Amino acid sequence: MSDALLAGTIRITGLGGDEIEAYSARALDEAPRGGVVVIHHMPGYDPQTKEIARNFAYHGYNAVVPNLYWREAPGASPDDAAATARANGGVPDERLVGDVAGAAEYLKGLSNSNGKVGVIGYCSGGRQSFLAAVSLKLDAAVDCYGAFIVGEIPAGMPLKVTPIVDKTPNLSCPLLGLFGEDDSYPSPAQVAELEEALKTNGKTYEFHSYPGAGHSFFSVNRPAYRPEAANDGWEKIFAFYGEYLAS
Amino acid sequence: MCTYITEKIAIEGSAKGASGWIKVTDGSVYLDHPVHAPFGHTLNIDFLAPELGPSGRVAVELSQESARALAKAIQAVLDAAPPGLE
Repeated sequence: MSDALLAGTIRITGLGGDEIEAYSARALDEAPRGGVVVIHHMPGYDPQTKEIARNFAYHGYNAVVPNLYWREAPGASPDDAAATARANGGVPDERLVGDVAGAAEYLKGLSNSNGKVGVIGYCSGGRQSFLAAVSLKLDAAVDCYGAFIVGEIPAGMPLKVTPIVDKTPNLSCPLLGLFGEDDSYPSPAQVAELEEALKTNGKTYEFHSYPGAGHSFFSVNRPAYRPEAANDGWEKIFAFYGEYLAS
Repeated sequence: MCTYITEKIAIEGSAKGASGWIKVTDGSVYLDHPVHAPFGHTLNIDFLAPELGPSGRVAVELSQESARALAKAIQAVLDAAPPGLE
């Protein structure tokens, strides 16, 4: 089996037939394999998120990162695009779902796809990963410390999203949740509330909460990085996708 | 978490960015994840020239302590200025 991979910018079809930018990192070996849609965090479609996609390709998956801010800021640098999208209140839920659906179709259309697609998201992307998994037919979803799946938006915060835990019955696939015990959003109590909803609805899930870690512990270029939690988290991710995205 | 806490203001002035000086007409002040500064959340200020698109932006990311010191310093300098300056 070859470990060669091909990575670079492509265009995919998002919500409403819109052509949007995406970053693809795919394995060149023709043996069938699963695909992963990587949802970037609020600071944007940045080099660190693209590195995550390449890491999936290195581990034998096809991966794609849709640029969720393409419509507001085509061609802009990731930080300027993030500032623009942020000033607009973030990415609308409907658009996120449509763009992830387009990314999943791209992965399924690759010649070495086994037809299975997972999703993973970080920070705001954690909530969006759950949102995609309750809105689309997927095979595995990973939520890395996504806030506001449960819990009310604090007063005065102009965030244009709502809690979505009530959509848990629609969850289409197993869910892996990775959280930091020191995080406030989501707090351990909010993680417990989501777990309760998954239990009540008979969903397959696996949650891990790491002591000494807070929000964003996977971010290698930020002070919040916690190598022990991140390393263990990556092992959990590959074990999870190994089970649910295998041919 | 991504706070999205933002104050938007109209401003008059200029700022110097990657492509040189630009006339700025809008300001965004917000507390959220930084792109570069080594903190979880920072007080960010974007000086904006919207007609230039997303790249018409001069940005700073400050620790919350630094931002409070900056606000105090700005107020002190303005208060100390002799009246009648334009």
